[in-house]
Amino acid sequence: MTQTRHAARVADTARAPGAVVLTDVVKRYGRGPGAVTALDGVSLSVEPGSFTCLLGASGCGKSTLLSLVAGLDDISGGSIDHVDQPVAMMFQESALFPWLTVAGNVEIAMRVRGVGRAERRQKAAELLETVRLTGFAHKRPHELSGGMRQRVALARALAQDASVLLMDEPFGALDAMTRDILHDELERIWRERSLTVLFVTHNVREAVRLGDRVVLLSSRPGRVLNVYDVEMDRPRRIDSAPVANLAASITDALREEVSRHAG
Amino acid sequence: MTAVETEPARASAPPHDEAASGRASRPRGKRRLGPGKAIPFGYLIGPLLLLGVWVWGSAQGWIDPRILTAPWTVVETAWNLWETGRLGPDLLVSARRFALGLTFGVLAGLVLAIVSGLSRWGEAVVDGPVQIKRSIPNLALLPLLLLWFGIDERMKIITIALGVLIPIYIHTHNGLRSIDGRYAELSETLRLRPASFVGRVVLPGALPGFFLGMRFAVTSSWLSLVVVEQVNATSGIGYMMLLAGTYGQTDVIIVGLVLYALLGLISDTIVRVIQRRVLTWRRTLED
Repeated sequence: MTQTRHAARVADTARAPGAVVLTDVVKRYGRGPGAVTALDGVSLSVEPGSFTCLLGASGCGKSTLLSLVAGLDDISGGSIDHVDQPVAMMFQESALFPWLTVAGNVEIAMRVRGVGRAERRQKAAELLETVRLTGFAHKRPHELSGGMRQRVALARALAQDASVLLMDEPFGALDAMTRDILHDELERIWRERSLTVLFVTHNVREAVRLGDRVVLLSSRPGRVLNVYDVEMDRPRRIDSAPVANLAASITDALREEVSRHAG
Repeated sequence: MTAVETEPARASAPPHDEAASGRASRPRGKRRLGPGKAIPFGYLIGPLLLLGVWVWGSAQGWIDPRILTAPWTVVETAWNLWETGRLGPDLLVSARRFALGLTFGVLAGLVLAIVSGLSRWGEAVVDGPVQIKRSIPNLALLPLLLLWFGIDERMKIITIALGVLIPIYIHTHNGLRSIDGRYAELSETLRLRPASFVGRVVLPGALPGFFLGMRFAVTSSWLSLVVVEQVNATSGIGYMMLLAGTYGQTDVIIVGLVLYALLGLISDTIVRVIQRRVLTWRRTLED
């Protein structure tokens, strides 16, 4: 069922900017009998401007999948297409350079593209306004709270001017209240900028709160287990009944998968 | 945005509120983990205590002045030496040797550490010889250096630089190599060019290591100075002490020792102050 759906989507998506198409992606670590297969034939097509959440138990290879899309690692088989466009990435931890100021952290993403000093400064100020951190440009990361640091990381990812944004459990280390607020912010920015977002999480409710689609991955090796289309109006509340209901049924599927591997 | 989010993080308290309130409700007098708050001018307490023991011991007559001159005699001698113009020039010569040796040593150590820290080939070529030098004391190298460079200033500065180079190299190299691998990954996703990666990620990341090396380097520079000034020198504090030893002038020897100690303490303090200013982004147990 997943395969036919994938084929149909690939046909639809063609090679539009902002699209990411994964076909039978395989990732193996090591060689010979000791080799570990992290991902085994993952196919997924992400439409431009869509919000896709990758969900799975820890160690299922969802972060690996993201690094492969980001080009941080080589695939062992299959293909990943994103029409030669740059992708931006946001991490959970060590997402900022501690020795640079907030503005410096945002500007470094533009420096590589040869953006001039004055323009860099102005654009960084705009982006900090977008993530509601006006006035924090000269602070250092250690002076900010966890939520504010992730806002800076988001501003920097946006500074890369990529149409695809990859997020690796970006809010995993935050408390529920802060995370809730950042969900709203991310949703707003995603819509304003028509970004394509690939969002990795192990939090089922977070996935349902944010995603147009929730892709459930199996563990060892990682395969696409199921794809859920989330057809609920936005903005959604993470504690609303429809979100909770869908989350509950996905959790059941996830739990079955985890217990199959005995944790 | 709620107040929880917008409130600027307090410098000392972690952003978790449970931790903050838990700390506040803790009964008074209970010992906290970690070294606690910094004592103002705390680094002076140890040396002052030592000085106090010396003063007290001499005043009580427990310390024989032939073994260890009383502190006031040392001050008097220092003043006499200064007034008769014997101390000033020697001090200047020593300071110059120290500064030149330190500068060349730091530069050489830095260049070698960067070459060896950033490239496997560089490491293959540089690291071995530096480790070999590390296991040979400067004192053992001295006869050879004397033969090569003579007994003039050049030999002394080279000897000091060789001693300085080692700690700078070891700690900067270690700093370079222990930068969190995730910063490299992050730089890759930002598509930083190699030059920006080195300038904006690697070097700032290695600064803590460099400063640690710098503190060892400063001390090592003074140590090497003592060695070169007591072998074949005709000027400098070490020479002054050597001469005093020949004539049994304990007080002059002590003046030299105190000078070395003071200069060492002052230069270490300067390094620490710069370190503190440059590395404000680091939060460690020290603060």
